Amino acid sequence: MGGLIKSSVAKKFAMALSGLFLVLFLGQHFVINFTSVISPDTFNELSHFMGTNFLVQALLQPILIFGVIFHFVMGFVLEIRNRNARAVNYVSYNGAANSSWMSRNMIWSGLAILAFLALHFYDFWVPELVHKYVQSHPEDATRYYGETIAKFESPVRTGLYVVAFVFLMLHLLHGFSSSFQSIGWNNKYSKGIRNFTVAYAIIIPLGFIFIALFHYINNL
Amino acid sequence: MKLTLKIWRQENANTKGKMVTYPIDGVEGDMSFLEMLDVLNEELINKGEEPVEFDHDCREGICGACSLQINGEPHGPDKLVTTCQLHMRSFKDGDTIVIEPFRAKAFPVVKDLIVDRSSFDRIQHAGGYISVNTSGNTIDANSIPINKHDADDAFAAATCIGCGACVAACKNASAMLFTSAKVSQYALLPQGQVEAADRVQEMVRQMDEEGFGNCSNTGACEIECPKGISLENIARMNREYMSANTKG
Amino acid sequence: MSVLDSKIPQGPLKDKWTKHKNDINLVNPANKRNIDVIIIGTGLAGGSAAATLAELGYNVKTFCYQDSPRRAHSIAAQGGINAAKNYQGDGDSNYRLFYDTVKGGDYRSREANVYRLAEVSGNIIDQCVAQGVPFAREYGGLLDNRSFGGVLVSRTFYAKGQTGQQLLLGAYSAMNRQINRGKIQAFNRHEMMDLVIVDGKARGIIARNMVTGEIERHSAHAVVLGSGGYGNVFFLSTNAMGSNVTAAWRAHRRGAYFANPCYTQIHPTCIPVSGEHQSKLTLMSESLRNDGRIWVPKKKEDSIAIREGRKKPTDLSEDERDYYLERRYPAFGNLVPRDVASRAAKERCDAGFGVNKTGEAVFLDFASAIERYGKEKAFTSGHKNPSKAEITKLGKEVVEAKYGNLFQMYQKIVDQNPYETPMMIYPAVHYTMGGLWVDYNLQTTIPGCYAAGEANFSDHGANRLGASALMQGLADGYFVLPYTIGDYLSKDIRTGAISTDSPEFEAAEKEVTERISRLMNASGQHSVDYYHKKLGKIMWNKCGMARNAKGLQEALEEIKELREDFWANVKVTGKTEGKNAELEKAGRVADFLELGELFAKDALHRNESCGGHFREEYQTEEGEALRDDENYKYVAAWEYKGNPRDAQLHKEELDFKNIELKTRSYK
Repeated sequence: MGGLIKSSVAKKFAMALSGLFLVLFLGQHFVINFTSVISPDTFNELSHFMGTNFLVQALLQPILIFGVIFHFVMGFVLEIRNRNARAVNYVSYNGAANSSWMSRNMIWSGLAILAFLALHFYDFWVPELVHKYVQSHPEDATRYYGETIAKFESPVRTGLYVVAFVFLMLHLLHGFSSSFQSIGWNNKYSKGIRNFTVAYAIIIPLGFIFIALFHYINNL
Repeated sequence: MKLTLKIWRQENANTKGKMVTYPIDGVEGDMSFLEMLDVLNEELINKGEEPVEFDHDCREGICGACSLQINGEPHGPDKLVTTCQLHMRSFKDGDTIVIEPFRAKAFPVVKDLIVDRSSFDRIQHAGGYISVNTSGNTIDANSIPINKHDADDAFAAATCIGCGACVAACKNASAMLFTSAKVSQYALLPQGQVEAADRVQEMVRQMDEEGFGNCSNTGACEIECPKGISLENIARMNREYMSANTKG
Repeated sequence: MSVLDSKIPQGPLKDKWTKHKNDINLVNPANKRNIDVIIIGTGLAGGSAAATLAELGYNVKTFCYQDSPRRAHSIAAQGGINAAKNYQGDGDSNYRLFYDTVKGGDYRSREANVYRLAEVSGNIIDQCVAQGVPFAREYGGLLDNRSFGGVLVSRTFYAKGQTGQQLLLGAYSAMNRQINRGKIQAFNRHEMMDLVIVDGKARGIIARNMVTGEIERHSAHAVVLGSGGYGNVFFLSTNAMGSNVTAAWRAHRRGAYFANPCYTQIHPTCIPVSGEHQSKLTLMSESLRNDGRIWVPKKKEDSIAIREGRKKPTDLSEDERDYYLERRYPAFGNLVPRDVASRAAKERCDAGFGVNKTGEAVFLDFASAIERYGKEKAFTSGHKNPSKAEITKLGKEVVEAKYGNLFQMYQKIVDQNPYETPMMIYPAVHYTMGGLWVDYNLQTTIPGCYAAGEANFSDHGANRLGASALMQGLADGYFVLPYTIGDYLSKDIRTGAISTDSPEFEAAEKEVTERISRLMNASGQHSVDYYHKKLGKIMWNKCGMARNAKGLQEALEEIKELREDFWANVKVTGKTEGKNAELEKAGRVADFLELGELFAKDALHRNESCGGHFREEYQTEEGEALRDDENYKYVAAWEYKGNPRDAQLHKEELDFKNIELKTRSYK
């Protein structure tokens, strides 16, 4: 395995698999968040389940953390290799003639998402850890909704979230369909898959933006 | 028409290069891009200056020698053509044209616009063949029927001319389209199946050793490829590679 | 008795090669490891020879001026490769391929060589398929064939319009396998500057590293020249810009006889010249003549109207068109051999019927093919009553599938859509049948120096049939040379490595460096291209499609003067060290300036018309070539005597035992 992951193809393969995994996670995250718009109670229930279920906490959460870290570390590794592959840059480089902006700027959209993750962890995960393990509050299955909407009082934070989701959209617009190509999946179904990935890449981030704005406006 | 050319000049691999501006007049639409450079060179020679060196040979789009980055695109703005097939009617009077060599660490500059693409050769040496003796003592050509569709796909992959536009266009200077075209040609034919697993592993290993970048599926290579080699080949190579490795 | 010994084996024609293979000496595998072979050129002949010799166990060094062996100009061959497989069941056989080739060559080739070529042709296809060459196939999965000029069967195997590319990449892949094994050392961007003779045998070369400018010595037990033809002596040709005669000419100067230099093939279907700045001509494959019909207007005023843009070709009705090949040669029609088709086009244009601005172009029309294919396609896909528009649409699709890349190439260059309006074509220099004289073993008159492919003269006589060049290149490299060179090398098993420190290497290197410094230090009046273009004009006007004694005599003088002017006044910029394209070109043009003179001399001495050599003085009343078998049924092999015009003629009489000599007729 050590030798395998060294090769360029295997690196891309791993990058794609971790990306696909994160896309799945994103869908799941979105569904739960969206319940906060429809029904605070359902949101609380689901959040409580995710926050306390042993399997989720002991197994899925570490996998997710590993997936996120792997994806961005590998992203940097690849970016460095790719930059080194061209020692002297072009004076004139017309990338727009042959590729999309999204595909050429995955590192920047990725970095924006990474920065957002820092904010997001500071907003939710850190308080959650403090709540559970530092202050050792007793379990309270009804606190999640209130904590969540409280974050969207600030127009600055809401704005940052919206901007981050736009970057997420750009990242997904290329990354999702690209990962199928990387794992060697290019056949007669590819066009359908591509349409699906584009729809997904637009709808999910728009959905997150909607949720953020919904709570912000409700808070006004 | 009158044009302004900005051309990369570099004495040899060990010296630093720079862009030099040359005005040129009397360019006609029916000239090929290289014939326009011939005219410039004739002028430079008559002035006692050294002409601009560039790789070229067949001048009919098949040898793969010509390799200019023109206004930020390999082989210039037209699609499905090599530099030698690009004609000046694609430009207009007063245009400024920036001409650079194909850039990649694995393609070091030899002189001016000429680069060393021997890294491509070494990828081919590593496995770009079917290990059959050339003695002619093989079976009759028609004893292996090949599905027309597969034969056509193999042919489409085999039309790669090895010019390096894929590497030049790729923001990562990746050689995956080139490598995958050869892998695909043989993977699609029954004759190539026998050594398919070794071939893909060896060729990918060599490709990585040469210092090419990694594919990030921007698709620039496919768009700029003068022969329209499809990205499907890269997907096929990825598949072949992973299955070759998981089989052990 | 001639000094030339063609070493044709005794016995019946069809047993000669087998018998010869049984008779010649072999080198044992352990001894092959001690023998080095140099191969110049990595096209079909050189590349396939390199791969096969390395596979047999010899240590091979290949040299090519390109940056990779894969770029040799064989790659540009479009239409296909002949082989007497008779897969179509249309009556093909080795004999028929042999017969067609000898007849197509206007009875100026050696029977035994051509028969051997036909005999191994089938093997080539087997070999290439085994290597993974993706030939075109039918729906049943079997190989497809098309038809070419000068024959009545379909024996041409093809890969769309890129057959040469696919075959060359096949040979290159075989080379790669040997490079990977360390059996071939590939010296790319290296140009052979001279042949080194030690004790009367070819023992190595002097080469220039085109990147560093260093002059290098390389030794071997034998040297194979697979360096291609010399069509670029005309400046404008379908050859690659770098194609040159230097390797062959240097060998000629060292003692290899040069045979039939005047036999040049002018290919009928090339894109016409568009202007003064033109650097090369582009071929439109002969395969297009399978489906395209060639015509000019019947009336001169229509030609003039088309030239001036007042009329379009599509405005002319069938009655107003002159399908002159179909008219003159009803049996072969548009598929007459190349020399015949080219002359017919020239005849019409000279008579004032040319159709482009320069008056030097004829039409190649696909309208009826589009209609025919469209109907067939509509019918087979269940449309029993298709509309005209449907037929045209389907027909265009079929034509695109067959010739798509050629049509695209045409459109890029001419900026006209050949699906809508007929193509314009005109003959252009394409191939040279002449070359170094070789015996049956492909050995030149220098022991140990071999020539293969277009570089030798052997198989095509005075005119080559379409799709035969690829066949000959691969036959020589894969199947002939590997046997015959063993016979010679069997005497070298105890020789050991050849030293490059001998006085012969010393002297050859000195000559090369002196020649380079002469080129660099001329007075610097005119560029190399200036001289090359001038030479090309003389050659085209006086040694081209039609020649006469007066013109040839003038050419002899003009070329000599031009050569003297060149050596005194050429301007080569840059330095000898490092990459210098002007210096490379200068060396090549210097050799063309010598070859051109020999070319004219040969054309002047051959008082007959045959194949690609058409002397205006010798033609029938109908304007067909008039051969003189009584006096000129020989190969003219020229020995270098210090000045091209002083070359000494040696004749190899051609003996036709299996074919009756007839006037070629394609009517």
